[in-house]
Amino acid sequence: MALMVVKFDLKKRVKLAQTVWFMYWFAVLAGILVLSLGLFFKIELRKRSELMDNNESHFLPNLLIAMGLIACGMNAFGGKVCYDSLDPIKFAKWKPMLKPFLVFCLGFNALLVVTALLCFVMRIPLQFTLAEGLKNGMKYYKDTDTPGRCYMKRTLDLMQMEFRCCGNDHYRDWFEIQWVSNRYLDFSAKEVKDRIGSNVDGQYLMDGVPFSCCNPSSPRPCIQHQMTNNSAHYSYDHYTEELNVWRRGCRDALLSYYGGIMNTIGALVCTLNPLQVAVTIGLQYVDSSLSTLANPEDIESESEGFLLEKTVKETFTDIMAKMKAMGKGTKVEEGGEEGVATPQEGGFSS
Amino acid sequence: MPFMSLKFNLQKRVKLAQGLWMLYWLAVIVGIIIFSLGIFFKIELRKRSEIMDNNESHLVPNLLILLGMLSCGLNAFGGKLCHESLDPQKFSKMKPMLKPYMLLSCGFNALLLLLVLLCFLMQFAVYLTLAEGLKNAIRFYKDTDTPGRCFMKRTLDMTQIEFRCCGNNNFRDWFEVQWISNRYLDMSNDVVKDRVLSNVEGKYLMDSVPFSCCNPGSPRPCIQHHLTNNSAHYDYDHRIEELNIWNRGCHQAVFSYYSSIMNSIGALLICTIILEVRLHTGLHHRPLQPVGM
Repeated sequence: MALMVVKFDLKKRVKLAQTVWFMYWFAVLAGILVLSLGLFFKIELRKRSELMDNNESHFLPNLLIAMGLIACGMNAFGGKVCYDSLDPIKFAKWKPMLKPFLVFCLGFNALLVVTALLCFVMRIPLQFTLAEGLKNGMKYYKDTDTPGRCYMKRTLDLMQMEFRCCGNDHYRDWFEIQWVSNRYLDFSAKEVKDRIGSNVDGQYLMDGVPFSCCNPSSPRPCIQHQMTNNSAHYSYDHYTEELNVWRRGCRDALLSYYGGIMNTIGALVCTLNPLQVAVTIGLQYVDSSLSTLANPEDIESESEGFLLEKTVKETFTDIMAKMKAMGKGTKVEEGGEEGVATPQEGGFSS
Repeated sequence: MPFMSLKFNLQKRVKLAQGLWMLYWLAVIVGIIIFSLGIFFKIELRKRSEIMDNNESHLVPNLLILLGMLSCGLNAFGGKLCHESLDPQKFSKMKPMLKPYMLLSCGFNALLLLLVLLCFLMQFAVYLTLAEGLKNAIRFYKDTDTPGRCFMKRTLDMTQIEFRCCGNNNFRDWFEVQWISNRYLDMSNDVVKDRVLSNVEGKYLMDSVPFSCCNPGSPRPCIQHHLTNNSAHYDYDHRIEELNIWNRGCHQAVFSYYSSIMNSIGALLICTIILEVRLHTGLHHRPLQPVGM
């Protein structure tokens, strides 16, 4: 007994083919959308790869680009098949390819679900990459004369201004590293010598932050240096001052930005999946309705469309039997080759 | 003798009608583009109206929005005319509307030409408005407690960061105004008292700039204060230092941005005029004899 049988006459068949063709064009647009989102995500990762130690994983955007391309091609082909299904001569050309194409569609749908899941899960490795990358970024901030790192300062400054953040977790991260290059420190000055002598690593540490941490919304001009020294500035209390520099950490800011992109893409792929499933089912009905014509010569005769030729259980046992037969077939061939050396009565079974 | 007459047979007429219909729909899309460009330009002007003293002229974007809508309507009607010219019955219904439609189209083209001229001429108005507005913006930078001006600091800082510029014509404009509010000056301090007394108007002037003038591309941390005092900083010469702060003035930077928007819109409008003229000459040839007669 076939699964989910629907009766079709010519008019219904034409309507089905037209609807499925229309849906296939939407699916092509959806494929283009997934492709462009993958490209956008890849570009965004590349733009800030310096802050991620240049070892961020491009697996997800590459997968999205590949899925987008496959979806476009597949759905364009499906649309053409639907369009040609109204003409029996043209359809006869496509008929042998349809079954493997439908199986391929099923596999693609499963892959789409996996991609959507990955979009939500890949946030975690990104978090670790960002944490490591930003820590190093801040360490190399002063190395504007070292080849390979000379743009770190600019990248970090632009990032702090764009994402309205300061430091890795907090602006105090800047107090723990030397972010002024030795080239601009006067080592003959007493103050500089004191500071360098005051810590084990011999670093010039200060309670100051770069200008890119400044918050333009602050009512007073930015206080970047001697931030923890209330007496250095008039009417200033660093405990209550909130608008002076950005309070958010850049790891948090970047993670929420990339997390937002990945969540949006994941949600979009989730909503596109039902469309893909629907067109696959639609094509199956088109195919089955055209192959069960009551009178094959007369295209106006009635037919039946179904989702599966037999029930789910029977289809499953059929597939298992086919796979076993394939496995046995290869085994028997090996046995047959051995039998060539011996007399040929053994032979191989038909 | 009619002006620029052409001979047509049935096939040629059908082809002309179809081609014109496609062009009319292209013109509708162009109308939508003009409409959205008008809205975009209006939003851009509004975003920075604070640095233009809130009296910038919205004539060009308003006209663009109006003409965009008119263009959509006119060209959609023209497309409908073309479509119906293939059916003689429907065409006879439309025939009386043709002459007024052609006159309206001519008027519309004249308006488009006027708008092109305005796009290029109104740049002078923007230039002057910007000069005045930026001068006032720098003066009101410190007034973060005065209602109506409390966001001037934020706006100017964001402008300088976004357009990579400093001051009106160059960074020295900041030396001539007091950009720190009196609320944050310790008037009992000797240094402050000296500075305030050193000029006629009693302003706290200094050779410093706000942080938003800093150039992130500089290899050294930004030097904002004591800019003209070489001895205040190690290994610093303000005459040859180029990367420390932005060298460009915001007047030039913001004006070149708006100027490029207006030039692009003007160029697009010229292309639209050419398209519209082509369409109207095509339609003029159509009604000499409808298809099917």
